[in-house]
Amino acid sequence: MLQTEVDLQEVENVERQARKQATVRLLRYSAMKLLALFFTVAIGVYLTVLIANMGGYVDEIRRGQIRESVALTLTTNPEFQKLAEAERSKIMNETIAIQERRYGLDQPFILRSFAYLKDALTLNLGFSDGITSDSGSRAVRNIILERLPSTLVLFGTANLLVFFLALLFGLALSRSYGSFTDKLVLGLAPTSSAPGWFYGLFLILIFAGLMGVLPYGGMVSAPPPDNPVEYGLSLAQHMILPVLAVLISTVFLTTYKWRTFFLIYSSEDYVQMAKAKGLTDGMIERRYVLRPTLPNIITSFALLLITLWGGAIILETVFNWPGIGQLYFRAIGVYDTPVILANVVVYAYLLAITVFLLDFIYALVDPRVRVADGGEKR
Amino acid sequence: MNQLRRFSQQIREYPSAVVGLIIIGLLLIGSVVVPIRIPYSEAVRLWRGGEDVWGETPRNAWPKWKNWFVEGKLPETIRFSTAEGDGNPVVEQLSEGTREVKYTFEFDFPYDEFPSEINIFAKARYNEKQPFVEMLWITPDGREIRAGEFSSAPSSSFRFSQDTRLQRRLERQTGIDGVSANKGLFDDPEQEGLQVLKGTYILEASTLLFEDDSEVDLTFVSYGLIHGWAGTDHRRRDLMVALLWGIPIAMAFGLLAAVGTTVTTMSIAAIGVWYGGKLDGAIQRMTEVNAILPLLPILIMVGTFYSRSIWLMLGVVILLSIFGLAIKNYRAIFLQVKELPYIEAAQSYGASDMRIIFRYMIPRVLPLTIPDLISLVPAFVFLEAALAVLGLGDPVLPTWGKVIEDAFKQGALFNGFYYWILEPAILLMIAGFGFALVGFALDRIFNPRLREL
Repeated sequence: MLQTEVDLQEVENVERQARKQATVRLLRYSAMKLLALFFTVAIGVYLTVLIANMGGYVDEIRRGQIRESVALTLTTNPEFQKLAEAERSKIMNETIAIQERRYGLDQPFILRSFAYLKDALTLNLGFSDGITSDSGSRAVRNIILERLPSTLVLFGTANLLVFFLALLFGLALSRSYGSFTDKLVLGLAPTSSAPGWFYGLFLILIFAGLMGVLPYGGMVSAPPPDNPVEYGLSLAQHMILPVLAVLISTVFLTTYKWRTFFLIYSSEDYVQMAKAKGLTDGMIERRYVLRPTLPNIITSFALLLITLWGGAIILETVFNWPGIGQLYFRAIGVYDTPVILANVVVYAYLLAITVFLLDFIYALVDPRVRVADGGEKR
Repeated sequence: MNQLRRFSQQIREYPSAVVGLIIIGLLLIGSVVVPIRIPYSEAVRLWRGGEDVWGETPRNAWPKWKNWFVEGKLPETIRFSTAEGDGNPVVEQLSEGTREVKYTFEFDFPYDEFPSEINIFAKARYNEKQPFVEMLWITPDGREIRAGEFSSAPSSSFRFSQDTRLQRRLERQTGIDGVSANKGLFDDPEQEGLQVLKGTYILEASTLLFEDDSEVDLTFVSYGLIHGWAGTDHRRRDLMVALLWGIPIAMAFGLLAAVGTTVTTMSIAAIGVWYGGKLDGAIQRMTEVNAILPLLPILIMVGTFYSRSIWLMLGVVILLSIFGLAIKNYRAIFLQVKELPYIEAAQSYGASDMRIIFRYMIPRVLPLTIPDLISLVPAFVFLEAALAVLGLGDPVLPTWGKVIEDAFKQGALFNGFYYWILEPAILLMIAGFGFALVGFALDRIFNPRLREL
């Protein structure tokens, strides 16, 4: 009796230690991933800066910034205002030249490019040429941060829906393999060759143009309702069509792909064994089919997300959704260089964060990461 | 030959793939025929043309097939040109040097809707005194309405709806305030409100020429509400030009981009696998960086800052896809191929690295890439359209995407010009699905593991 109690204690200890080790490994894995990803983002943004500066556009942003700040400090100086016109412009130009040297604009590009990289990574991209945020600020960072939530709401909802719907439908289809619905989804899978914005056009035509039941675009009705409940309802109403567009363009192919994963894994011997043991279908699905499939599914979802982010610009443009995609579209229209650059950087960040989150979830569901050091992946 | 027969047998098991192949075939034929029938320079001239090219087509007219869906007949464009022998001229010498030439344009108007505009264009040749044009409108019920008069400059146009005197006269006739000429002239006064009076209308235009050698050519256009099989846009351009020329452009962009990216990624993967070690590692890391580079935003940046030429875009697309995620798939395949005995045999006879990569490894994998390649095409076709919709389409070429862009900018969905968006969108969809269906079937044929499922 006493003997077994001691044993249990020991077992528990060992287990706790193992769990601790697993957590440490998980954290180390995540930290490594984060570090690697940071370098990746840095390289990506650096490439962006290089591409943008081939025409000297980043230099122009810098010069414009300097000119603006110098003009601002000088004109508020009462001494300066008393001077004659020629004198004033001379002092102005001299100060600008000094400032440009201070910021290293006279240095070779290779040195400057790293300064730009730092600015870009911290989104310190100065002031827009003309676009303002709704609060009236012209700081690029404010403009972007103001619009980011709208984008995240729309795409967060759409992506979560895609994930869970595809997972549920995929499991259901793998159960009823060969049925009519199964064949229907298989037949509909090629519809995913068209992107979401494209279905958006049709949806707007049908639901807003012909039937007039849903709005043409925008995020909330104008003027925005004060009551938070009404605001939420209005938001939901405006979100139906864009989310539906994303769903139509992704859900069939994704369901089809995941169903195939499930089918492959449910023909494994250990699943037959579990069936022979008499486990319920739900248990078999959760423990023996879903678990080993999840890493594959997450990888597939990551790839899907990467393409969806790319389509955000045009989807938001089509639905007039006030997110960063639409901001980008407006910035192109007026050639607002700082905003265009900042947007590319933000998209790089969004992609990186997406990849990191999925890597983290990947580590959670893939036991190999916790057991082995570093973890062999994909 | 045998292989081809077996392959066609396999394809026939997938009816969807047969449909897809037919679509691709038609698109390819279109890509060859269209540039021959409408040469590049002609297409650009038509698409960039203004009122000089498209003056006589209606603005925002629906395609002919709208008549199948609506009750009542929509008017088509009616056009007479005296330079082309219309109008039965009757010449009368009034005095020394002064002539009157009377043209009669007689036409049937059996439609249920009013025309969108009525204009008369005059081209006059004279030395000093401008010819004078007078018009009389005779309705089917015999009313005669003075439609207006003007002195013709070398090139002038008379727009009936902009003549205020005519409008006042029509207001009296119809009893409706602010009625525009294109409606008032065709109105049935017996009926309440605006109703078309069907029947034969006559426009008599008499031109007074004050010099012996002066002349006037008149062109009368009653603009319809429908035009051709494709309709027209806000600049009166026949959309058919863009829809047809969109075919070769979409095909060229889609196919070149798909082939370009597949060939480059495959070569990079093969080189990485063959040399292994640090090079392979570097390529792998590059792939990860590339996954984070946002393709569309960068393309847009390039388009905004440098050039919007479709061929530059194509180049950038390929360049950014060199280290695409597809490398990972190819790498897995090449890792197996590398270990095959025939590669060892090639090494033993002293084949160079490049020879092994490009003559032995890549050709072996090439057939496997065909499904991927075909499935990639729609993505690029839609990418081109997406760029155009964002306003970064090629500045001179007419493409499907640019039609959608125009339509969107003019609020086609809001204003009910659905054909304007539907036509290019349906073409895009047909092209996309054609390739997707074939790609899907090929994938199952080449991947037996999928075929069982």
